[in-house]
Amino acid sequence: MQELLKSFLGDNALVYIIMGVPPLIFILLYALVTLYMEMKVSAHIQDRVAYMRTGWHGVLQPFADILKLIQKEDIIPAQADKLLFTLAPYLVFTGTYAGFAAIPFSEGYIGSNINLGVFYIVAASSIVVAGLLMSGWASNNKWSLLGAMRSAAQIVSYEIPSALAILVAVMITGSLNLNDVSKFQEGGLFNWVVFGGPLPLLQKLAIIPFTATAFFILLTAGIAEANRTPFDLPEAESELVQGFNTEYSGMKFAIFYVAEYANMFLVSAVAVCLFLGGWQSPFGSALSGPIWGVFWIVIKGMAFVFFQIWLRWTLPRLRVDQLMYVSWKVMTPMLFVCVFAVGLILVL
Amino acid sequence: MATALKIYFTDIYRALYTVAVGLKLTFLHLFTPSVTIQYPDVKLKLPERARNRLYVNIDDCIGCDQCSMACPVDCITIQTIKSTPDVDLGTTSGGNKKRLYVSQFDIDIAKCCYCGLCVYPCPTECIVMTDVYEFAEFDRQNLLYNFSSMTPAEITVAKEKAKKAEEEAAAKKAAAAAAPKPPAAPGTPPPAAPTTPGT
Repeated sequence: MQELLKSFLGDNALVYIIMGVPPLIFILLYALVTLYMEMKVSAHIQDRVAYMRTGWHGVLQPFADILKLIQKEDIIPAQADKLLFTLAPYLVFTGTYAGFAAIPFSEGYIGSNINLGVFYIVAASSIVVAGLLMSGWASNNKWSLLGAMRSAAQIVSYEIPSALAILVAVMITGSLNLNDVSKFQEGGLFNWVVFGGPLPLLQKLAIIPFTATAFFILLTAGIAEANRTPFDLPEAESELVQGFNTEYSGMKFAIFYVAEYANMFLVSAVAVCLFLGGWQSPFGSALSGPIWGVFWIVIKGMAFVFFQIWLRWTLPRLRVDQLMYVSWKVMTPMLFVCVFAVGLILVL
Repeated sequence: MATALKIYFTDIYRALYTVAVGLKLTFLHLFTPSVTIQYPDVKLKLPERARNRLYVNIDDCIGCDQCSMACPVDCITIQTIKSTPDVDLGTTSGGNKKRLYVSQFDIDIAKCCYCGLCVYPCPTECIVMTDVYEFAEFDRQNLLYNFSSMTPAEITVAKEKAKKAEEEAAAKKAAAAAAPKPPAAPGTPPPAAPTTPGT
């Protein structure tokens, strides 16, 4: 797509701006859909029905919610640091949005075709931590500060298992560019990295337990990085009111919300690209192509977004010590084993 | 050492197992019919003896004022006018003869506490609690229900008549008191005092 645009417009800044627009549009539309899905799934899990009165089964409710948030007064606490307080939500969103640059939405579209794709996503999404700390500190509120500190500790801790899990996939595919990683998994369901990629059968069988573990851990660590239940300690309502976004209202709050939802899709998309073939069709060459590619990656990503919502309404929140225990004492050692075993199998 | 490792792995296994059990349970609940009753569209049937808005069948009311006396919050106001023997107010559905005009029968439903105590003393069963519960109003004045069917003009006529009759009766009484023989005035019956408390 980038080449096509360059042939029309020449090599100038406009091309890069246009390249950046699709993920933004996608995030905004996706946030509306997920908002609706979250409410409906949570309601049906609790045997309720959720929105029913705005349109057919309440499909217009997300628009109403957005309209409400736009109209709301934008309150900045008197004792807050105004500059940092205003900047923080945008920084959080930017960090997440920047991650989308390296996600290949299809064979023909990747925001930035750099060969350090996954590494860039891990690095860019770390900016989110800075944004959250900023929001917590600038709010000048105990709950916000505690929430931000927890959030920072949590995200930093879970970057390590997620980076190691990414390493497992990267060792097999031999590339950090998610588009190349997706291309590598060509040829249907059983050539996906979670099933060992296109390796000889014997190697494949040996590698499956380790790739499956790494995939599972990547997904779990992703949920923790997106601050979703059961890892939603930064905004634990029962303890911290709303955590780092206690003092935010109106559009600033909405931006935090959109960033959280975008982050949910980002971690799902990274896991999908690395382990589940990205834009590859599960049926080999059938139903594949640039347009179907968009369909497949969105469907796979949304499946895991649904899984995150489903998990949210199943599990209670972890304690802080349990959270750290899971990250440092369970996931990290297991992934070391996985990395070692996968390396060994690939060498043999 | 071996036991510590065993505990470590059983903990991981149990964590995964319990999460799986929980996920299965919530997934099944996704497809169970919801228990929500979508109120304005769907309404639950009220119990047979539910106590809600009061209703007065004014045609049956004999103006005995017993409901007003029973009311613990004084939300019922009744005013009656005596009728003269020449008018026939008709009978109630139970066959009782009506002797009083009910010129005012107001229930301030905003005050009502839905205890139902006014329903039991009613001799003609004309005050009842219905199953209507949607009668919210924007103006509190609208919650003052007027059940009397008499128009102001009718009330004035009835009042004047009653006054006249009373004066006549008083005059006759005075005449009777002045006359030496008491049985001189047998025509007028005694006023229906026992059934008109506090009029």
